[in-house]
Amino acid sequence: MSTRTLVSPAALARPRGKAVYWTVFTAVLVLFALAFLFPVYWMVTGALKSPDEVARTPPTLVPEHWHPGGYTDAWDLMQLPQHLGNTLVQAAGAWAFQLVFCTAAAYSLSKLKPAFGKVVLGGILATLMVPAQALVVPKYLTVADLPLIHTSLLNDPLAVWLPAVANAFNLYLLKRFFDQLPREVLEAAEIDGAGRLRTLWSVVLPMSRPVLGVVSIFALVAVWQDFLWPLMVFSDTAKQPISVALVQLSQNIQLTVLIAAMVIASIPMVALFLVFQRHIIAGISAGSTKG
Amino acid sequence: MTKTAERPPARAAAHPVPEPPPCAGDRRRRRLVDQARAYGFLLGGLLCFALFSWYPAIRAVVIAFQTYTPGSPPEWAGTANFTRVLHDPEFAAAWRNTLMFTLLALLIGFAIPFVLALVLNELRHAKAFFRVVVYLPVMIPPVVSALLWKWFYDPGAGLANEALRFLHLPTSHWSNGTDTALVSLVVVATWANMGGTVLIYLAALQSIPGELYEAAELDGANLLQRVRHVTVPQTRFVILMLMLLQIIATMQVFTEPFVITGGGPENATVTVLYLIYKYAFLYNDFGGACALSVMLLLLLGAFSAVYLRLTRSEEDTA
Repeated sequence: MSTRTLVSPAALARPRGKAVYWTVFTAVLVLFALAFLFPVYWMVTGALKSPDEVARTPPTLVPEHWHPGGYTDAWDLMQLPQHLGNTLVQAAGAWAFQLVFCTAAAYSLSKLKPAFGKVVLGGILATLMVPAQALVVPKYLTVADLPLIHTSLLNDPLAVWLPAVANAFNLYLLKRFFDQLPREVLEAAEIDGAGRLRTLWSVVLPMSRPVLGVVSIFALVAVWQDFLWPLMVFSDTAKQPISVALVQLSQNIQLTVLIAAMVIASIPMVALFLVFQRHIIAGISAGSTKG
Repeated sequence: MTKTAERPPARAAAHPVPEPPPCAGDRRRRRLVDQARAYGFLLGGLLCFALFSWYPAIRAVVIAFQTYTPGSPPEWAGTANFTRVLHDPEFAAAWRNTLMFTLLALLIGFAIPFVLALVLNELRHAKAFFRVVVYLPVMIPPVVSALLWKWFYDPGAGLANEALRFLHLPTSHWSNGTDTALVSLVVVATWANMGGTVLIYLAALQSIPGELYEAAELDGANLLQRVRHVTVPQTRFVILMLMLLQIIATMQVFTEPFVITGGGPENATVTVLYLIYKYAFLYNDFGGACALSVMLLLLLGAFSAVYLRLTRSEEDTA
């Protein structure tokens, strides 16, 4: 894309324009490096310093002696495998539940014409107006004592999985995508004798790969980054995800070990981002202009 | 319902179940079966919405008027919860801090991403690199960025004061000073969330037709005039949307004050959501927590309604 922007190509081609351009370019490069990359660098190398070196003023830019021990200590002392495992189970389950139930519900609302479908959709969209965080306390009370069956889901991954399904944004995204699928294709499948489930599985879903990818990333990231909800729901230390465990343990642990644990906790999402960066960035840009 | 009639004979022969001729009673039964199927697909999602969205919303309002302790039957309390919460000195502090936080986040976190996007859109090199770098902090778990900045703000060996010393400037108390704590938290939130805003602005900037800039330039408009008369009007809708979304998001701030300052010093960073958390899990006062939730809900609901109304009308005109 080489469309015309604020500054004309002609102005940039002039010697003075070129000089200004490269000055601005360098300035932005330095600014971005300082503002966004340097804090990350500081974190990664901070964990490699010795406890004395990390507390020294003025600080050292590069660790004098490399202490990878910070990382191994964090791994062992803070039980990171366990907490990372908990996070993984919670995120993967929330993802699976959302894909199954949101897809099925969106398919039904979009193509199966349930009676009162409009009312149901309205009720779902209305939850978009109710910011999730404002309702955490009554939601917590519901999870602690489910109506009718009077079971508590506290300290159970189901407490993350089931509420994750009630995601109006993802459901609406799926429904809107299904709305655009041509009617004839689904009818053709039906004429061939495929049932509703079969149509969904072998016709609708293969055609919906892009939107399923976006919903999957949103679902995974949301659970991985969440803090307040797991803080409320998992009082049992052994069940806590990494985000809650980090904060709980941050009080009485050596700084270098804590920093190492922070780095380790960041790796999965940053890696996910670097692998899927093109899709994620395209998704944010596209989703936004559509509103 | 007339699909059966259109079915080609060859297929019908291959199909084991012969289709009976349609009649009124049969049609009604088929419709019922169709409805049962439709609701079968809908059921799981519907149950989750009912349990974890609709029911808690109703319950927040009900419990706000009750004395509620888990395990014992609730009692009606009239407006006692509201009066108690309103008389809590922390209540005023929490609202003041939340509104101040939102305002500062708009001032700091709004102009900077717009200017950054404006400049990035003009750069012809390393475009993908800049986009990845600006979005990187968004992918770092919020808890980690909060802990990271808590360390930067450390009065001893924190990077923030080291930087000031390096520049021969007076040091600051950052998150530990009553008058600097809130601003310090806004900086963290801005750093952590700016990437998304920048990317959305970039997308909006790229949708501006180049002819508009050309025409403006022919009319003799200089750079700033072009920004003012072409860029801003063309992206006005996106700016407004993001502003509303940001207000809704920052009014619910919790992680940064909880992790970095614990609401202190002297309640300087207690936010409404933090106070809700305290009422529920420190004071065990769920009635008070729900009364606060209802107040927050009403305010944020109003903002959300405006947001949805605006997006809806934009979609209609588009």
